[in-house]
Amino acid sequence: MKLLTTTMVSMAALAVAMGAAEARNAPGVTAKEIKIGNTNPYSGPAAAYSSIGKSIGACLDKFNGEGGVNGRQINFVSVDDGYSPPRTVEQTRKLVEREKVAFMFQGLGTPTNSAVHTYMNKKKVPQLFVATGATKWGDPKNFPWTMGWQPNYQSEGVVYARYVLATQPTAKIGILYQNDDYGKDYVHGLENGLGDKAASMIVARESFEVTDPTIDSQIVNIKNSGADTFYNVTTPKFAAQAIAKNFELNWAPLHLLNSVSNSIGSVVSKAGFEKGQGMISAAYLMDPTDPEWKSHDEYKAWNAWMDEYYPDGDKADSFTAYGWSVCHTLVKALEQAGDDLSRENIMAEAANLKNYRAPMLLPGITINTSPTDFYPIEQWQLMRLKGNSWERFGEIIDGSAGGGS
Amino acid sequence: MASTDVAGNVPAFLNQNPKDRIIVLGVPLPLLEKVGLYALLAAVVVLPMVYDGYDIYEFGKILMYMLAVLGLNLLTGFNGQFSLGHSAFFAVGAYSTAIMMDQLGMPYWTTIIPAAAVCFVAGFLFGLPALRLDGLFLALATFALAIATPQLLKYDGISHLTGGVQGIVLDTPYPPAWIDSIVMSITGEELSVDRWKYMFTALVAVIMFAGAWNLVHSRTGRALIAIRDNPLSAKTMGINTSIFKSAAFGVSAMYTGVAGSLFAIMDEYLAPESFTFAEAIKFLVGGVVGGIASLFGAIFGGWFVLEIPNIADLAATSLENYINNPQGLTGLIYGLFLIFTVYVMPMGAAGLAQILVHKISTRR
Repeated sequence: MKLLTTTMVSMAALAVAMGAAEARNAPGVTAKEIKIGNTNPYSGPAAAYSSIGKSIGACLDKFNGEGGVNGRQINFVSVDDGYSPPRTVEQTRKLVEREKVAFMFQGLGTPTNSAVHTYMNKKKVPQLFVATGATKWGDPKNFPWTMGWQPNYQSEGVVYARYVLATQPTAKIGILYQNDDYGKDYVHGLENGLGDKAASMIVARESFEVTDPTIDSQIVNIKNSGADTFYNVTTPKFAAQAIAKNFELNWAPLHLLNSVSNSIGSVVSKAGFEKGQGMISAAYLMDPTDPEWKSHDEYKAWNAWMDEYYPDGDKADSFTAYGWSVCHTLVKALEQAGDDLSRENIMAEAANLKNYRAPMLLPGITINTSPTDFYPIEQWQLMRLKGNSWERFGEIIDGSAGGGS
Repeated sequence: MASTDVAGNVPAFLNQNPKDRIIVLGVPLPLLEKVGLYALLAAVVVLPMVYDGYDIYEFGKILMYMLAVLGLNLLTGFNGQFSLGHSAFFAVGAYSTAIMMDQLGMPYWTTIIPAAAVCFVAGFLFGLPALRLDGLFLALATFALAIATPQLLKYDGISHLTGGVQGIVLDTPYPPAWIDSIVMSITGEELSVDRWKYMFTALVAVIMFAGAWNLVHSRTGRALIAIRDNPLSAKTMGINTSIFKSAAFGVSAMYTGVAGSLFAIMDEYLAPESFTFAEAIKFLVGGVVGGIASLFGAIFGGWFVLEIPNIADLAATSLENYINNPQGLTGLIYGLFLIFTVYVMPMGAAGLAQILVHKISTRR
C-alpha cells in the first residue's frame, strides 16, 4: 500500500514536472516540431525579395531532411504580405493567434515590421532576425523581443565616414538619398561617423522620392556644390541612373555606393562597368558570382544545396546567399536553446551568439550578440569596382553604431 | 403611397400600408426582412460574446470596411459619381484621428466626430471642382488623388505631423473603466481589448449605417437618386444639383473617412503604404460585388474587401504547382471578380438576394 502510494505520488509528480516542462515551451513547439511564422512580399512592389523567403524555406528543408534541429522538424509557415503594412498586421496576428507559431522569423521590410513592432513586444512573441537594416531593431531596452540580423544602415554609413576621414580628410561630400527611413538612416550613419567634422565636410544634400522618374537634377546640384565625394544612398534603379549621370557630366568624385545597390547584375552592369570604375562599396556576404569563392568550402556547400533543394533559384542572386546565411543563424540559436524552447529562452539564445561564423559571410566576419547588443552583424569589408567585379580591400571594419532611432 | 426600389421600378405587389414596411433591398416583405434585420443586429451584438482575439478583430474589420464601401456606394451607387480615389478619404480620416491622438493627446473616441467633420469638408471641397467633370474625367481626377495621397503623406514639410514614412504608432484603445466593470460583473472576466475594439467599431458602424439608411430614404436621398438617373430633369424640377453633388461627395468622404479612423484605432499603427491606389480598387470591387446601389450590399462588400486577399492567397497556393510565382497574379483576381460581377450579377450580391427573395415571394 505504501509502495503503491509512493509510486502514484512520484508518477504524479513526474507528470506534473513533464507537463510543466511542456507548458514552458512556446506554442507551436511539440516534441517533433517547431512551428515558425514569416511574412514576405511574394507579390507587389517588393516582390524581388521573394527569393529570400524561398531560400529560407529551401534551407530549412535541408535541415529537416537531415533530422531537424535537436530532433525537431521546423515547420516554416511563410505567407505573403505584399509589402503592405496592414496586411502584415493581419498575417502576423493570424500566424501568432490562429496558427500559434512559436515566433516570427525574418519578416521582411521596414514599414511592414514597424507595423507589428509594438504588437509583438506587447504579446511577448519574438520578432527574430528581421530582414531589414534599419537601426531601430537593435533596441533591447525598449523592444526586447525584436532583433535584426544584417548590419544596420547606420553602421555602413559609419564605415564610409571612417574611410573618408582616413583617406581624404579634407573631402567635400555631397549626399543623394532616398527620402524615407532607409535613406535617412544611412545619412545619420555618415554624420555619426564624421563626428564634429560632419558640418564642415558635407556640402550638399539632395533627396528624392522613390516614385520620382529620375534624379538628374539632384546630381547636377551636387556637382555644382563643389563636392568631390559622392555618397550614393539610393535603391538599385536610381543607383544605376546616378552612375550613368556622373559619367555623362564628366564628374569623377569618390563614389560611395550603398550596399543595397551594389549588385553587379542589377545595377553595375546596367549602368555600364566603364562608368563606375573606382566606386567604393561595402559587403558582408560572399557574392556567389565572385570567382574568388569558387573553391571555398562554404561556397561549395551553398552550391550543392542550391542544386538539390532550390533548383529554381537564380545562382547569381545574392539573396539566396542571404537566405542561406540567416537560416543557419536561426538553426544555431535553436540548437543552443536545446530542449527549453520557451519564447524567453529562444530570445536569450539569440542574444547569446558568440563569434558564430554563419556560412557565406565574408571571411573574418562573425556574428556576436549579447543582452545589450542586438546587432548580430556589425562588420563590413570595403570593396572597389575594378573591371567587371568588386575587389575587396583592406581589413574587416567594425561599424558599431550603437542603438538609436 | 407607392415607393420605389433602388432601380426606380414600382413592384406590382406593393399595396400594403407603408407603416408595416421597412424597405430592405427594395422588397417590402414585412415579416421576412424585419426578422432578417433583427437577426443581423442580434449577430452584431452576440459576436463579441462568442469570439475573441483575432476572430473578433476580423469581424471588426468587416464592419469597418463596410463603412468604407458604404461611402463609395452613397457616391457612386446612389449619386452616380464615379470615384477611384476613396483611398484618399480613407487616409484623411485615418490620419486625422492619428494626428489628434498623437499630437493633441485626444482619447481615441473623441477623434471620430472631428475626423468625420474634416473628411466631410475635404470631400465637399473636392466635389466642388469635380462638378465640371463627368464620367471618365471624374474617374481620372479621383485616380490622380489616390496616386498622390501616399506621396503627400510622406512629404517632408508635414512629416512632423504625419510621421512621414515611419508612420505613427497609436495608443491602445482600452475600454472605459465603467464598461469594463459592467462586463466584469456580468461575466466575471475582463473585457479584452480586441472585443472592445469590435464593440466600438460596431457602435459607430451601426449608427452611421442607420444614418445612411435614413438619408437614402428621405427627400435628400431621392434627390441624389434623381441626379444620378437624369441630371437634367432633376435640375428642371428645382434640385440644386451643384450643392447636392458636392454634398454627396462630402458625405461619402465622411463615411469612408470614419472607416479610416476606425482602421487606425484598430491597427494601432498607420503608414503611407497603407493608403495606396490598391485600397481604392479594393473598395470599388467590394462595392460592385456587394451591390453598388445597395446599403446592405455594403456589408457583403466589406466582407469581400477583407476576404479577397485571402481568396487570392488561396488561388495562388493552389496554382503553385503549375505556375512559378502565382502570388504575382493576385491583382488579376480583383479584375476577374469585377468582370464576373458586372456580367453575371450587375446589381451585386444584394441584387442577387433581391431577385431570389422576389422569386420566393411570388411563388404562390
